[in-house]
Amino acid sequence: MTTPSQIHWLDALVARLGRKFVIGVPMVFLLLVFALPFLVVFKISVSESDGVRFVDLLTWADGILQLKVRFSNYLYILFEDALYLEAYLSSIKYAALTTVICLAIGYPFAYFLARSPADIRPGLLMLVMLPFWTSFLLRVYAWKMLLADSGVFNNIALAMGLIDEPIKMMYTPFSLTLGMVYTYLPFMVLPLYANLVKMDIRLLEAARDLGATPWQAFWRITVPLSKGGIVAGALLVFIPCVGEFVIPELLGGPQTLMIGRVLWDEFFANNDWPMAASVAVVMVLLIIVPLALFNKYQAEQSAGGRA
Amino acid sequence: MRNPAGERTSKVWLIGGFAFLYLPILTLIVLSFNASPLVTTWAGFSFKWYGELVRDTVIIEGFLLSLKIALMTATASVLLGTFAAVALTKFPRFTGRTFFSGMVNSPLVMPEVIIGLSLLLTLVSLQRLTEDLFGTGWPDRGTFTIWIGHTLLGMAYATVVITSRLREMNPQLEEAALDLGAKPWQVFFLVTLPLISQALASAWLLSFTLSLDDVVLSAFLSGPGSTTLPIAIFSRARLGLNPTVNAVATLTVLVVSIGVVAASLWMARLERKRAREMAAAMKT
Repeated sequence: MTTPSQIHWLDALVARLGRKFVIGVPMVFLLLVFALPFLVVFKISVSESDGVRFVDLLTWADGILQLKVRFSNYLYILFEDALYLEAYLSSIKYAALTTVICLAIGYPFAYFLARSPADIRPGLLMLVMLPFWTSFLLRVYAWKMLLADSGVFNNIALAMGLIDEPIKMMYTPFSLTLGMVYTYLPFMVLPLYANLVKMDIRLLEAARDLGATPWQAFWRITVPLSKGGIVAGALLVFIPCVGEFVIPELLGGPQTLMIGRVLWDEFFANNDWPMAASVAVVMVLLIIVPLALFNKYQAEQSAGGRA
Repeated sequence: MRNPAGERTSKVWLIGGFAFLYLPILTLIVLSFNASPLVTTWAGFSFKWYGELVRDTVIIEGFLLSLKIALMTATASVLLGTFAAVALTKFPRFTGRTFFSGMVNSPLVMPEVIIGLSLLLTLVSLQRLTEDLFGTGWPDRGTFTIWIGHTLLGMAYATVVITSRLREMNPQLEEAALDLGAKPWQVFFLVTLPLISQALASAWLLSFTLSLDDVVLSAFLSGPGSTTLPIAIFSRARLGLNPTVNAVATLTVLVVSIGVVAASLWMARLERKRAREMAAAMKT
C-alpha cells in the first residue's frame, strides 16, 4: 500500500481538492434544488399573498421588527373544509390498498422469477423492466381504452353475450386502484427479486431435511429472510402513491378523491399558491416517517455493500 | 426437488403477471392501426393516424423539445450521479453525509407534485429577487427550469445505478493501480471509469427515458410555449381517447424496445469480453 507520506504534496493537494469537488458539486446542487425549495414552500405556506406577490415574513416598520406568520391555511385544511382531510385519508387508503395488492401479486411473481431456470432468467427480468422503460403516461392511458364503457373489455363481453349493457369500470375506485397497481407493480417486483435471487437455497434444503413442509419452509425461512425486499418494495410503492396525480386524473372519478389532485387544482385552477404550499407541507408530514424508513433502508443498502 | 404442481403454479403466475404487464401495451399498438376515429371500435386496418401525426405540429414540436431536454437531462444526471455515487462509496465519512444521502435518495419516492411545486415556487422567488435587484428576472419558466427539475430526478436514479456498480467492483483493481504509482485521479479515469462504463450507459438511458416521459414536473416548470410531448399527450388523454395518442404510443414503444434490447445485448457482450480479459489478466 502507498502511505500518505509517499504521495507527493502536490498530489495530496489535488486529491484533497478532488474530494471536496466530488462531494461539493452534487451537495450544492441538491441543497439548492431540493432542500432549499422545502424551506421556500414552508415560508410561502404561511405567507400572505396580495394576489401577485407574497408579503415578506419579516418587515421593519417604525423601528419594530415584525414577523408575520399566517397559519390560516393550515387551520382551514384541518378544521374548516372537510375536503382536505378526506382527500388525505382517501390518498392513504388507496396507497395502502395498492401496496397490499402489489405485494400479493408481486411476491409470488418475484419468487417464481427468482426460481426460474437460470438461462431464461435474464430474459424474463428484461420483460419486467421493459414496461418500466416505456412511457408510464401512455400505459396508464391504455387502461382507459380497455376499461371505458365502449372500451375493449365491454365490447368483447357484449359481443360474446356475457353482458347486456356495458359495466361501468372507468372513473371508479376500481379503475384507479387497477391503474396504480399496474404502474407500481415493477417497483415491488424488482427489489423483491433482487432479494430472493440472492437467498441461499441450502437453507430451504436444510429445513426440508429437518422435516418442514414446503409451506412451513416458505413462511418461516423465505419470508423472514426477504423482509428487506418487502419493506423496500412497499415503501417504493406506498410513498409515491400517496401523492400520485396522473393516474387519479386519468383513471379516477368523482368518488376517488386524491390529495395530489387537490394540490394540482389549488395551484393550476385556483391559482392559490399559499394554499397549494400548505397542502404540500401537510403531505410531506404524512409521508415523512415512511420516507425516513426508506432513506434508512437505502443507507443500509449502500453501507452493507460487499457481503 | 421436482414438484409438478408447484411448477405449474409458477408458470401460470408468471404468464399471468406478464399478460397483465403487456396487455395494455399490446392494446395500444393494435388500436393505433384502427381506421375508425372511435378508438375502440374496430373499422379496418389503416396507417391513417401515423399520417396525421406527421402534420401534427404540437406533437412534432413537443417531441423535439422533449428530446432536447432529455439529452441535456441524461448528461447532467450521469455527471452529477457519478459524483454523488463516488462520494457515497469512496468517502465513508464527511460532514453531512447522512443528510446528503437522504437528499439523493428522497426524490426516488417523493411525490412529484411536491417536488414540482416546491421547485417552481423557489424558481419564481428567485426570479422576483433578481428582478428587484437587477431589473430583469431570471430564470424564465421553460426549457431551463424543466431541465433542472428533470435532472434532480434523473440524478437520483443515476446515483442508485452507479453506486451499486461501484460497490460490486473489485477494490483490489484500484488498489493495484495506486500501488503501481498511479495518482488517484489517474486511477479514477483509467481504472474506475472504464469499469463502470456500463452502469454509466444504463444510468444515462434511464434518466433519458425518465425525462422523455415526465408530465408532472414539466407541467409545473414549463412556461408558455414550452409544451413537451408528455404535456401534449396528457392534455389530450385527459379529454378522452384520441387516435393520434395511440400512434405516438406505438412509435415510442417501438423505439424504446429496440433501444433497450439493443443496449442490453451490447452491454452483455461488453461484459463477456471484460470477463474474458479479466480472466486472462489474472492467469498471467
